[in-house]
Formats: sequence, C-alpha cells, structure tokens
Amino acid sequence: MSDTTLEKSGVGPVEGASLYDADNPAPVIEAPRKRTAKTPRSTRGNFEMAAWLFMRLSGVVLVVLVITHLLIQLVLDGGVSKIGFAFVAGRWASPFWQVWDLLMLWLAMLHGANGLRTVINDYAERPNTRLWLKGLLYTATVFTILLGTLVIFTFDPNIR
Amino acid sequence: MATPTMDKVAADDAAAASHLITVTFRIRRFNPEVSAEATWEDFQLEIDPKERVLDGLHKIKWELDGSLTFRRSCAHGICGSDAMRINGKNRLACKTLIKDINPAKPITVEPIKGLTVLKDLVVDMEPFFQAYRDVMPFLVTTGNEPTRERLQSAEDRERFDDTTKCILCAACTSSCPVFWNDGQYFGPAAIVNAHRFIFDSRDEAGEQRLEILNDKDGVWRCRTTFNCTDACPRGIEVTKAIQEVKRALITRRY
Repeated sequence: MSDTTLEKSGVGPVEGASLYDADNPAPVIEAPRKRTAKTPRSTRGNFEMAAWLFMRLSGVVLVVLVITHLLIQLVLDGGVSKIGFAFVAGRWASPFWQVWDLLMLWLAMLHGANGLRTVINDYAERPNTRLWLKGLLYTATVFTILLGTLVIFTFDPNIR
Repeated sequence: MATPTMDKVAADDAAAASHLITVTFRIRRFNPEVSAEATWEDFQLEIDPKERVLDGLHKIKWELDGSLTFRRSCAHGICGSDAMRINGKNRLACKTLIKDINPAKPITVEPIKGLTVLKDLVVDMEPFFQAYRDVMPFLVTTGNEPTRERLQSAEDRERFDDTTKCILCAACTSSCPVFWNDGQYFGPAAIVNAHRFIFDSRDEAGEQRLEILNDKDGVWRCRTTFNCTDACPRGIEVTKAIQEVKRALITRRY
C-alpha cells in the first residue's frame, strides 16, 4: 500500500531490490590462509626453533658489540669528527677489531634478515608475494654480507 | 484485601523500574541473504546495569529484532559459545556485566576476528577446531589399560592445572594478531590444549605433540603480545603456557 503511494507521488525506492536472497546469498569474506585438514603440511626439522634461538642469542651479543662500537666511533676520544680513512685503517690493522666488525656484520645482517622474514611470513598473504619479498630480502642480505666480508679481509691501508 | 496487595506490587514495579538504565547496543550486523555489506545497527533498551551483555542481546532478539543471530548455549561461562568482541575486546557475553563496560556510551558488539563471519555474530569455527584436532587433544598411552584409575600425585596434577580450564571459546585465538593475518598458525587455544597433555604425567605422546608444535606454524610464530592472556575469560595464563612449550622444546632435547 505504501509502495503504491510512493510510486504515485513519483518518488521511487531509493535503492533497487536486493541482489541477494535466501537462495542466492552474498559471498562471505573468508579469513586469510584458513587452516584446513590438509594444510599446513607438516615439515620435519628444527629450522624455526634454530631461528628463534638465534634471534635471542645474537640479540644479546649484538647489544654488547653495537653499543661498544657506537661508543668508540661516536662518543669517546673526540667523537664523530675523528672518523676518517686513517682512523678506520688504524683500527682494522688489528685482527681484534677485524673479527669484531666481521662478527657485528654477520650477526646484525642475519638478525635483521630473520626479523624481516618473520614479518613477511606474518603479513604477506599470497604465496607469490611471500616468494618475491623473501627472494629480494635474501638477495640483499647475501650481497651485503659477502661485500662486507670481502672489504674487511682485503682492506688495503695503502690504497691510492 | 486486594487493594493493598496491588499497591504493593505497583510500588515494587516502580522501585524495580528505577534500577533500569537506557543502554545503546551497537551491533555489527551481516546477513548474506540481504546484503554483502556488514553494517552497524543501534538498539536502545531499558536494562538493569547488573545484567549481562547476553541478557541485552536476548532482550533485543526476543523483543526488538528476532533476526539478530548469535551463539549461546549454557549462558553461564562454561560452554564457550558466546565469545564476541565487546567494546573492542574479546569477552564472553554471558560473563560481562553491563555496569562494567561503561553503559553511558554505546556498547559495541562484533563477531570475533580472524574467522569467517557467517551471519551477524556467528563465525565459522572450523579452522579453529581443526587446529585443536591437530594437536591430538586426548590421552595417549601404551601398554595394557589399568583396572583402576591412572593415579597421579597432587604436584603432577598441579603442573598443568591452569590449562585444563580452557573452554574452547576462541577468545584468545581470535585476539592473536598472528592468527588474524595467517590462519595457518595453530593459535593460542590449540597450544594451550597441547600444553594440558604435554605436561600431564599420565600421557605418553608429549614428544609427538612437541614435534607438531615445533613446525613452521607452531609455537615459534608466537610474538608474545599477550593479547591471548588479556582475552581469556577463564584467566588462563596463555602466553606463559606457550612459553613453557617453547622451553620444553629446547630443554627436553638438548
């Protein structure tokens, strides 16, 4: 009754008939990466545990390494203004600081890369996105570690 | 004789009515048979502030809008069917008093997150129960069945007492940010129920369960955000249980 009066007054219903009904329901919004009886497939190995342990242990070591590094580089003995080629060359003349910097490079890069790996695992929903992001991450990590290691071991203070 | 009695009843009614306050329930509605969009809908009702959110939902369903859909069974915090997101926090509607959640403002009620919403406050619990099944939540033993009960010392029972309280309401799992983004993660509830058997002296499949939880989507994905501990309506220290499983994985083997 009210519908007909609306039509007579020239004002139609604001929206058309619903697209959905009991026989034709709207699609529900699926949760991402739902668990089913078939997924995830179980994998053998302790990699996740090793990665978790590595994060804790490397974190503790890095606190010492990085804070000492920052103190020497930026605070003690004249601060940041003293840093130059000669300063770096002088430090790397000692095997102790070579090992120190090498350890710091490897631990920090692997720690950061593993952290980003877990972030990608947590937030990238599609398998392809994961694959590409992780590929990019691993490439960058390996490149930086290799380049840094090469420089520490082949450093020549008399370079022209 | 009749008149004084009626007066008394009327007086009682007036006294009872003064207890009632007006509360707005803002409920997340979704009905796939009407629309693909979920919308907020406000309901105003007169209710005693000492009543629970579930009583408010009942009032709405029974007196205002019969199409409101939600799960509840025992209505006393035991069956774990009415976990929902009330004022942005996962709680059991049957254990949340209206006076405790600031009735001056609208009370928002949403379905729990991370699971597919089927209608209004009802979600698809299947992925949640799949993770539960995957940790083998039952006693596993070898050898002959004893003729009497399996005895256990009080200390051995105390070891896993906290995790026996779980009612599988999914409040913890659906408050976990890792689970929201990746449903392949076991989630806190499954780990709690694995913990209940891993640390049970009568059970013999602890090593097997640890191996299951050592996997890619097992305990190592936990970021210790403590959302699960905050959400648990039974007060289980969920994050602590997960950490104990991690510790067992490391110390029982090395």
